[in-house]
Amino acid sequence: MNAFTFSRARSVADALGHWHDNVRFLAGGTTLIDLMKLNVERPAEIIDINALPLAEVTRTPDGGLSIGALARNSDVAHHPDVVRDYPLLAQALRSGASVQLRNMASTGGNLLQRTRCVYFRDPAMACNKRSPGSGCAAIGGFNRNLAILGTSAHCIATNPSDQNVALTALEATIHLSGSSGARSVPIGDFYLVPGETPERETILEPGELVTSVTLPPPAAGARSIYLKLRDRASYEFALASAAVVATVRDGTMQCVRIAMGGIATKPWRNLDVEIALQGQPATHERFTEAARILLSDAKPQSENGFKVELAKRCLVHALSLATAAV
Amino acid sequence: MSILELRGSAVKVAFTVNGRPVELEVDPRATLLDTLRDALGLTGTKKGCDHGQCGACTVHVDGRRVNSCLSFAAMHEGSTIDTIEGLGTPENLHPIQAAFLERDGFQCGYCTPGQIMSAVALLTEPCGQSDADVAECMSGNVCRCGAYQNIVAAIQSVRKARG
Repeated sequence: MNAFTFSRARSVADALGHWHDNVRFLAGGTTLIDLMKLNVERPAEIIDINALPLAEVTRTPDGGLSIGALARNSDVAHHPDVVRDYPLLAQALRSGASVQLRNMASTGGNLLQRTRCVYFRDPAMACNKRSPGSGCAAIGGFNRNLAILGTSAHCIATNPSDQNVALTALEATIHLSGSSGARSVPIGDFYLVPGETPERETILEPGELVTSVTLPPPAAGARSIYLKLRDRASYEFALASAAVVATVRDGTMQCVRIAMGGIATKPWRNLDVEIALQGQPATHERFTEAARILLSDAKPQSENGFKVELAKRCLVHALSLATAAV
Repeated sequence: MSILELRGSAVKVAFTVNGRPVELEVDPRATLLDTLRDALGLTGTKKGCDHGQCGACTVHVDGRRVNSCLSFAAMHEGSTIDTIEGLGTPENLHPIQAAFLERDGFQCGYCTPGQIMSAVALLTEPCGQSDADVAECMSGNVCRCGAYQNIVAAIQSVRKARG
């Protein structure tokens, strides 16, 4: 690991005021320290932000929920308001990593979790995300766990998070602070597909800090499910996952929101799929058609063609579970 | 305190380890794991993968189990840290330690300190009643000898005894 200087920020202004190009803000450390050990991240300076007052989970005036950027994944997963009103988020968080990692990992850090692509994690290999212009060793290489949606000729890395898939289906808003002020961004606008600039993963500007995530009030009568498919029963990243929030009345789907994980370069939401389900009967036939639309643009790589069918079945099963008569 | 006062190649940090206050000057790169082992001589906590994937380095920070390999020592100003050395003594074992012996919950023993620190934390965490629930809550601790069945049995015996 390269040498760096270490500072502890006492306030958000303190942290933002000391930003320069080669600074990293350190929260739980579960991604950043891992990548520093691999020499993928080589910051000159670390600003420890764990003392900032950003760990609260509180109700918002409109009946929604505000989750501080430093709220730990464990605390959010077991928070009574999350368990009662946003069980989708609790399920997604509990399906990620291990208890030890969830005790450390923060909400904001999870939003910015980096890909598990083995070529990104190995500085000896070509990777446009880590080293722009160096190429992509994953195309034609080991890509079994990589993306089939949202890819480009420059990058096929999967966004590995479970939390962010649930937050996308819940239509979360991300709150940012920077030296030029604060702003709020819908999660649907937060993540970028790689295109020609895979090193840019979000709209976060240099020096900006995630301060909180807010959720809208829970939809009345809605049911939800997070379904995660993986190579082993626990402690593994998703090969395909589906977050579904659905309101069904008399067998008809009133409102459906869907986000998929494990198959795309960002938490994947396709409004055409939701529109195709809206006002339709909650039947296997409709679910299958929705899955067909969702995967119609899929571009399988040399080793991950199985994900097309896996993702379809994942979505169909998640929709069946979320819309089943109680 | 201004952020600038803390700049520099070495960082001062004070925390409590197994009830004992400790003051150190550490390289910012020093993980909590390496600091416990190399600076404080507490070698009960093991280094397995060093990337948060195996759980051998599990310790408690402020009562919660964490992977000490994915944390810098400098991040723990004011923390209360508990390691396997603080848990019990050969004459007075923690019930989980006694249960691991009773149920043969290990073979080579390398992962065992991490398994035991996780198991002790599990006793006070939200975890379902079944063996499958325990296996899920323990999935962050890998045992390459494959002592999983006996580890789960050891943990369940303590939970049942406690009601």
